[in-house]
Amino acid sequence: MSSLLQTPSTAPGRFGPYGGRYVPETLMVPLLELERAYEIAKNDPVFQKQFADLLKNFAGRPTPLQFAARLTEKLGGPRIYLKREDLLHTGAHKINNAIGQGLLAVKMGKPRIIAETGAGQHGVASAAIAAHLGLHCVVYMGTEDMARQALNVARMRMLGTEVVGVESGSRTLKDAINEAMRDWVTNIRNTHYLLGSVLGAHPYPTMVRDFHSVIGREAREQILLAEKRLPTHLFACVGGGSNAIGLFYNFLRDHDVKMVGIEAGGRGNGLGEHAVRLAAEQGFTGARPGVLQGTYTYVLQNEDGQIATTHSISAGLDYPAIGPEHAWLADQSRASYAAVSDDAALEAGSLLARTEGIIPALESAHALAGLQTRIPEMSKDDLVILNVSGRGDKDMDTYKRLL
Amino acid sequence: MINTPANSTRISRRFAQLRESGELGVVAYLTAGDPSLDATLQYVLALAEAGADVIELGVPFSDPLADGPTIQRASERALQAGATLRGVIDLVARIRKTSQVPLVLFSYYNPILQMGLEKFGASAAAAGADGVLVTDLTPEESAEYREILARHKLDTVFLAAPTSDAERLAKISAVSSGFLYIISRTGVTGAKDAMPDDLPGLLRRARNATTLPLAVGFGISLPGHVSMLGGLADAAVVGSALVSEIANADSVGDAAASLATRMRALKEAARHGLSKRAAPNATPTGAAR
Repeated sequence: MSSLLQTPSTAPGRFGPYGGRYVPETLMVPLLELERAYEIAKNDPVFQKQFADLLKNFAGRPTPLQFAARLTEKLGGPRIYLKREDLLHTGAHKINNAIGQGLLAVKMGKPRIIAETGAGQHGVASAAIAAHLGLHCVVYMGTEDMARQALNVARMRMLGTEVVGVESGSRTLKDAINEAMRDWVTNIRNTHYLLGSVLGAHPYPTMVRDFHSVIGREAREQILLAEKRLPTHLFACVGGGSNAIGLFYNFLRDHDVKMVGIEAGGRGNGLGEHAVRLAAEQGFTGARPGVLQGTYTYVLQNEDGQIATTHSISAGLDYPAIGPEHAWLADQSRASYAAVSDDAALEAGSLLARTEGIIPALESAHALAGLQTRIPEMSKDDLVILNVSGRGDKDMDTYKRLL
Repeated sequence: MINTPANSTRISRRFAQLRESGELGVVAYLTAGDPSLDATLQYVLALAEAGADVIELGVPFSDPLADGPTIQRASERALQAGATLRGVIDLVARIRKTSQVPLVLFSYYNPILQMGLEKFGASAAAAGADGVLVTDLTPEESAEYREILARHKLDTVFLAAPTSDAERLAKISAVSSGFLYIISRTGVTGAKDAMPDDLPGLLRRARNATTLPLAVGFGISLPGHVSMLGGLADAAVVGSALVSEIANADSVGDAAASLATRMRALKEAARHGLSKRAAPNATPTGAAR
């Protein structure tokens, strides 16, 4: 895969040619301020202690690494462990990053936080940490997503957050990010933008990854304890890619561990029918490197550089770009990326419910569907960690159609 | 002066004339292709005829995150009507058949990146464009872009914001040519009632950083805003107010007439509403850059 940028920039926050900082000038000073604050916090034992304390006592970490005995037997291939991020407070991995950035907002003296949300999980996590820390919170959400994730809208409002519906574009995650950035550029002096994935301008992709890297850190220790060896495969779904990079990051140097990110194949291969940025070899069209919302990465777009609309049954995966570090991992073949359809994800959600007693978020169901497609090429000696990034309560209206 | 490109573009020549006559310039922004590229051609010619000093042709983008509702809607209309970057560059060539008004292409980065920087620079220059402003491109990420545009003798206009400190103003000035675009307020594009209180301070800081002409935009819609800039800036940028005229007009002809009327009123304010300012070469600019 080739890059359009011939001379890799020396600017910070690059993953190979990807990443960087492509924003209106007004945002440069707040981004530089955030970068400095994060650099200080990273090495500040007081901050790290607060972060660890909230992860444990507010969010409920560590999460279990559960052996999925009946799923293993049913699929008849590798031994499968589930990293149970769905058991976290607010119902998904998103709370890890929300806690980290919420503490940073307090440190920077910003009394107001804003966030975008697709599935609503990041919005709920932001609303919860804002309430916990006494911050004012506004969440932008596409009206299409508000309709399909109504439960999460109610949860945010109960937590005291103002939920603002976004009517522009496809009325999904991308449009919510545009609107959040417009708010930020207007209110930078008192507002921190609590971006919810490994997207956007530097330092977000690095900082959000670091806050989620606790997932892989725990999982690595837990699997070594349980199996006395490293896993052969990691599976996670990839919208922006925060739960995936959170799991992958602490295994990057374990070269025998294969990492697989599962994208949303939607309902077809044509532009507008899917949200597949990296698994192009499966026939999905429209992804090329480009700049969207602050970062240079693979973006679904037309010939003229206009960003494409996307479709996925899962609001959290319904986004035209992918985190820049994933683009780089794909280029280097350090991680591989594949896509599964809406229907396959729904069936996988049902399978996990009936074999393990766990109703996963539709996002996480994609990861299991991706694992299922790989079973024929795996052996009983293989050892899988599958990230169950969130729980499926929010998706019951969609799942109900199967019942 | 490092800031002035080796070539003297239509932009720098126009600002030099304005300085000589002690006059404030008016820069007009239009979203190209709203409602059609043919209509934009008429609007540009009408604005130039009515005295616009520089015209910015907005390249419509699907995700205009620095723009308020007025220009968002205009971009949607233009994209629906089929406008592309290629089409906007062709429009520049059509304008050049009858007008020498300085033209700046105003775009988000991705359409330019997808065309390819070299192809973009070559075709924009061949069509007769004078400068380029990319909303989401900062000095730090712009090395290759600037190198290619300079080779094609296109001015690179960058944005300075109320949040830009002295260090950033110096960095922005060092990579800009033609003029510096000063964002008057933190926020998105769109007409506002009043000018922000901290604008004079921002303009003084920018003057200390550069000898380039300063054009002030975001929130400017009325002749009164323009006269307030007299003596402080070199030009006022009017965008959303013009785009609204187009959206509200019943026909392309009516829109062209309203644009011309509004431009004449703005120019009138620009001519009368300012105290003459000494040419920048006469001011102490030892600290410039």
